[in-house]
Order: sequence, then structure tokens, then C-alpha cells
Amino acid sequence: MFHHKTGSVSEELQLVPPSKISIENVSKSFRSTTGPVLALDRVSLSVGEGEFVCLVGPSGCGKTTLLNIIAGLEMPDSGTVLANGKSVTGPGRDRLVMFQESALFPWLNAFGNVLFPLKLKPNLTNKNRRDVAKYYLELVGLTRFERANIHELSGGMKQRVALARALAPNPRVLLMDEPFAALDALTREQFYGDLQKIWKQRKKTIVFVTHNVREAACLGDRVLLFSPYPGRLEEEFIVDLPRPRDMNTSELATYAGKIMHSLKQSAPTA
Amino acid sequence: MKRFLSAAGFFLLLILVWQCAFQARLWSPVLLPSPVQVASYLKEASGDGTLVHSTLITMRRLLTGYFFGIVVGLPLGLLTARWMLVRDTLGTSALGLQTLPSVCWVPLALLWFGQTEAAMLFVVIMGTLWSVIIATETGVRNVPPIYPRAALTMGSRRLHIWLKVILPASLPFIVSGMKQGWAFAWRSLMAAEIYVTILTGFGLGQLLHFGREQQAMEQVIGIMIVIVLIGLLVDKTLFSPIERFLHRRWGTSQ
Repeated sequence: MFHHKTGSVSEELQLVPPSKISIENVSKSFRSTTGPVLALDRVSLSVGEGEFVCLVGPSGCGKTTLLNIIAGLEMPDSGTVLANGKSVTGPGRDRLVMFQESALFPWLNAFGNVLFPLKLKPNLTNKNRRDVAKYYLELVGLTRFERANIHELSGGMKQRVALARALAPNPRVLLMDEPFAALDALTREQFYGDLQKIWKQRKKTIVFVTHNVREAACLGDRVLLFSPYPGRLEEEFIVDLPRPRDMNTSELATYAGKIMHSLKQSAPTA
Repeated sequence: MKRFLSAAGFFLLLILVWQCAFQARLWSPVLLPSPVQVASYLKEASGDGTLVHSTLITMRRLLTGYFFGIVVGLPLGLLTARWMLVRDTLGTSALGLQTLPSVCWVPLALLWFGQTEAAMLFVVIMGTLWSVIIATETGVRNVPPIYPRAALTMGSRRLHIWLKVILPASLPFIVSGMKQGWAFAWRSLMAAEIYVTILTGFGLGQLLHFGREQQAMEQVIGIMIVIVLIGLLVDKTLFSPIERFLHRRWGTSQ
């Protein structure tokens, strides 16, 4: 095969089919000072192509562990994980992660951060890489701040850059680990609208971890409720509301209330 | 401009006080020459090429040794951070040897290499190496684990992660280690040059030494001033811009 730099910008920005994720009987335990902790106990679930699924549960329910396992950053003790029909054996560009802290690189500016994953794609020219990075910075509304150093950005802007960086390699799956937990309420609500818009536009499968029930009801097609010690998939809610959804409608509050009720029942008494 | 003027005023005042002390004959003129005498020595030494020649020799020794110290120290620091075995062995040795004043390498270097350029180089490398190793190791171990994790998900692997993530992430530590290494190298080279005469070239330290032997105080003070100026120049032109860049990027206060 010839390995010319043939990837054009429009080709690079083409929509890729979102992946299906299948998780079967996944268990994972950790050693702690008080003995082994079963973070995930025979969890099975599947996420459809282009579906937005939220994992909700109290801390210790293994939702972040499950996300890391899908990302390939951690390996399960037993069980199988398939992304796009292929067994997950390690991290891959088809599954990008957005972390709770932005994890942006402070030695690069905003533009450099979005460019970072693109530099790892061999078939693009440098000009195309820059154009693609510009496209995603515009998508998250940060064109004006592309030259900004990371410490100069607000928490919300940092997460926007992180979203642009996660989208830039055009992954099939976006894994989001409580990305809005550290943001103030107003910034978060703006983000909900933008994220739904971007999800619709870029057609990604999204697995979204949160402990905020309203956030889950607002964003997810489905909300999966996890319970801790051992981490188990407890219940599933299908949120059948039209999009784009607004946090502050009574319908959404009803869904959130239902999920919250189950969450309280499944949580162990503190 | 205002900063420049106040600085210039300060140094003028300093020279003035010196001149007054000279004229008041507080000390014998042999022990305290006047600023004019020092200046005329410096002029003469620059005129006949002694000063430039010695400066070049000293800088060549310093830069060569410093360069090798960094080229060897940086990868050793990375290895020290990466493998427990290296940390327990080389890391511990580096920590110990860093506390050894680098002047203490001079007798050993002389016995090993004789009065040669190699001895000078060895002393400078020993001055640089340990600081660079320790700073690199500390820097790498202070990199938040989330950076390499994030890089992994973006398709970065082993060598790429080391070069493009871990190394730049530890840059603030590495640069301060390089600065410390520079200071140690500079001190140990001066000590070595004052301590031994090497026929392949007389550096600034040797000029200082000859000044003492001839009781030529204007030469001693003149060379000391040159040594200070070189130190300042290197700091302002080499390290300050890098540090300013780091402060701007990382947002740390200056």
C-alpha cells in the first residue's frame, strides 16, 4: 500500500459510523486497605450505535471503572468488552475519553491541545491538521481563544477545549467521566445544550458518567443506575423526551425524581 | 527605562563609594586599587587579547562539559524515574554525590587525567550531571498521571508519550535543575582553574591565580568582575527567557 498524505480536511471531517458497545459479565476488583473491593460484579449491558447513555450511581459503584474499561485504560478481571464488534484490548483512537479534570496539557496552548491527537494521525498534512483543529474549536465556540494558555481559561472553557480535543480524531465513541462536575450551574446548563447539539451533529455513541441525576435525565437516551459494594447494574430508565431537552421542565423533573427515588432505595444507609 | 536608570544609578554609586574608599586610603592601594586602575587593567588585557582568549577557553570548557552533563544526565534521569532498580542504585548515588561540593572532584580528576583538558571537562561534567539527573527524576515523578492516560487514549504510545508528554510536562523541574547544574559547573570549573595550571590554555581562573601570585590586585578584581558579568549574561540570555516562557505557559507567578 502507498502511504501518501491523502487525507483531505473534508474527508477527515466526514461522519464515521458510531460504534455499538457490548459488555458481558464484566467483573473487576481492587485491593484496598480493608481487603478486596468488588468494584464491578458481573455487569452486562450494551450501548447502541449513536446512543447517549448515562451511568449514574453513588461513589464506589464502579461507574468510572466501567468507563475506564471501555476506554481500555483498565482491564476487567473477567468478562468481555466489545467496541464495534472488536474486543477491547487497550486504548484506541476510536474511543476518546473526556476526564473530570480537563487533563489539558499546560505546555501547549488551546490550539496545540486540540492539535495533539491530530498529529498522531499519519495520513494528514500539517495544514489539514490545523484546519481540522480550527473546525473543532469553532464547533465548541472557542475560536477566539485558540492562542490562549490553558491557565488563562475558565473551567467551562477548559472543558470545551477538552471536548474539542476528544472530538478531533473523529472517534466513534465518546466516553465522558463527570466532565461537568466541577463547573458552576449556569456554565453547566449552557454545556447541556451545546453537547446535545454537537452529539446530534457529529453522531457519536456517548457513555456519560455522572452522579447528578438531573444531568443524566437531561442528556441520556437511557439512564443506567448502578449500586455500590459490589458495583452492580441495578435498574434502567428510558428517557423518552424530545430533544433538545431543557433542564428546567416538569417532565424532566418527573424522570429525575423517579431515578432519584430508586437511587435512594439502592444506596446503602450511610 | 526607569528601571534601567535606577539600576545604572546604583552601580555608579557603588563605583563612587569604591573610589572614595580608595582616596581615603582606608586600605593600602596594593590591597584596594582604584576603579580606574581596574578599568585600565581590563582595557589592557582586552587590548592584547589575553582576556578574550582566556574567556573563550573557560567558556569552551564550561559549555562542552555542561553539554555532556545534560546529554548524559537527562536520559539517566528518565531511567531513574522509570525503573525502581535504577532509582535505588543510580538515584541514591546521584542524591549523595550532589551533596558533595563539586570542588572535591578536582583532586581525583587531576590524579586520573593529569593536568589536562580532560580533567577540566570531568570536573564540569560532575558538577552538572547529578543536579540534572535528580531534577529530571523529580520532574517526571511529579507529572500528573492523567496526562499520560489522556495521551494513551489519543493514540500516543511509549516513546511518543515520553518525548511529547512526560518530558514537556516535567520541563519546569528540568529547567531549574539545569540552572542549578550550570551554577555548580561554573563554580567547580573556577575552582579547578585556580587550583591547577594547564598548559593547553589559561582560563579566567588561571588569570585570577596569576593575579594573586604577582600581587596584582587590579587583575584579581578585574577578572572577578568579568566572571560575575559572564554569570549575569548567561542568566539573562539563556535561562531568563526560558523561565519567562514557562511562567507564561504554566501560569505560575514570577
